[in-house]
Amino acid sequence: MEGKEKQIVVTLINTLIIFGCYTFYVYTRYLANDAGLLNDNAFWGRTFLIFIPVAIVAQIVLHIIFGIINGIITREQMTDMSDERDKLIELKAIRISHWLFTFGFLLAMGSQAIGMETKVMFMTLIASGFISAIISESAKIYFYRKGV
Amino acid sequence: MSNKIKIGKCVISNNIRKLRFNANEMTQQTLADKTGVTRQTIVAIENEKYFPTLELAFRIAHVFNTPLDDVFVFSITAPVE
Repeated sequence: MEGKEKQIVVTLINTLIIFGCYTFYVYTRYLANDAGLLNDNAFWGRTFLIFIPVAIVAQIVLHIIFGIINGIITREQMTDMSDERDKLIELKAIRISHWLFTFGFLLAMGSQAIGMETKVMFMTLIASGFISAIISESAKIYFYRKGV
Repeated sequence: MSNKIKIGKCVISNNIRKLRFNANEMTQQTLADKTGVTRQTIVAIENEKYFPTLELAFRIAHVFNTPLDDVFVFSITAPVE
């Protein structure tokens, strides 16, 4: 597995861990005691706003830890160099991610248009963000393996 | 009546492996360093899994001091009706 693929796999695993841990934390800390919070817009706003910086910092920290461990095991330095192929793959993956998130956004708005509860919209937005992130990273691995 | 022009399928192959061999068995890493890309990109080009931009194609040709035609071979199949 080449360096870039390793980094993508790490990002993929990190995304799963961070999302899983944060969801578990929010559920046990708030929702387990008061399920009524699901219909509180302020709760959702806080959940989203806290998640974004937490996810960014956690990704950076986990990547640094992986870089150190990988360096010790393989005695190779991870390179951040990205050339035209890397950029093309990145662009294609972002395009897929955007289309998926747009589809999720439309579903979320559709849920409100047909009068569903607000929590359905927020859950759909979270799910589409998560799925688009996973598919985007998976698409990168696919393009690196199969060609672009 | 349709004015659509039928064109054949393009096939682009390359002679990078042969050129590296002739250049004193130049490694993929050396070629990558000289052209400013990663070794994985050179591997992908050699295996025809990635077709480089015109700039990179010229850079590769420049490293081997040879015309672009000697590095990349373009052929086109007969158009299918």
